[in-house]
Amino acid sequence: MTDRTYPDAVADDFPVPPSSFTDREGRTIEIRPYEGTDEEDKALVGMYDSFDPADRAQGIPPSGESRIREWLDAILGDDCYNVIAWCDDEVAGHATLVPDEDAYELAIFVHQTYQRAGIGTYLIRGLLGHGQAAGVEKVWLTVERWNRAAVSLYKKIGFETSNAESFELEMGLRLTGDAE
Amino acid sequence: MKVLCGIGGSDDSFRALDRTVDRAAVAGDDLTVVVVDNEDAEPTEEEIVTRVENAISEAGIDADVRCVEGDPGSRLVELAETEGFDEIVLGGGHTSPMGKITLGSIAEFVLLNAKTSVTLVR
Repeated sequence: MTDRTYPDAVADDFPVPPSSFTDREGRTIEIRPYEGTDEEDKALVGMYDSFDPADRAQGIPPSGESRIREWLDAILGDDCYNVIAWCDDEVAGHATLVPDEDAYELAIFVHQTYQRAGIGTYLIRGLLGHGQAAGVEKVWLTVERWNRAAVSLYKKIGFETSNAESFELEMGLRLTGDAE
Repeated sequence: MKVLCGIGGSDDSFRALDRTVDRAAVAGDDLTVVVVDNEDAEPTEEEIVTRVENAISEAGIDADVRCVEGDPGSRLVELAETEGFDEIVLGGGHTSPMGKITLGSIAEFVLLNAKTSVTLVR
């Protein structure tokens, strides 16, 4: 793999969850860090089990309950940071930071029922606030170039393109400064 | 079938190698394995060639092994065209800890430029 690059400047401060807001459809959405309860796991599996495969990106989320559980096991571990957007007791969206060498890879999913309502912006800001509070330094992601809604969301947040030579764009964000 | 398997030394390229020699043993493919320059890969060319030769002898088949210099993608496409191969087989990409699949630059080039069928092994 090529060495990833990150912006020199540290990103702004993001809000630390929990927080809540009203989405563009008038629904009350709560952003909360994942705590590792069975109820959260069950609700997450429920969201991904009904997730439209057309919105799958680079192989995730997988299809079928057993593959979904296997995938979630890997990204809900103690070394990962996860934030969930709740509408009552239903999961509207989920965002995650998974460690990979010296940085964290970011992914975010908003269920089709809740898309185009502004939830993604709150969710990603909540995830980055959660990561910032934990001292995460660098975050990267890949996104398919045709996915303009996602690319513009990441740019608005402060991500900069670090590699544009592949099918997928690679983007990076410096979340906190050096410890010294 | 006349098959050209391109190996650059990444994990997914070795997966492609194993599947291709297994298939060749069953299907009787006329197999050529080409070791290409992949600057992102760790093993040296010698190590890769040894691994390729072991895989071929373990499968009990006869296959041509070659090393090519230069840009890997364009060399593979060129070889496939000039020597009448039916198919190019390559590794199917790297999977991040998150589970996201990203294709290597060699696979991307070959997919877009090859006139033959291309198989990516997952």
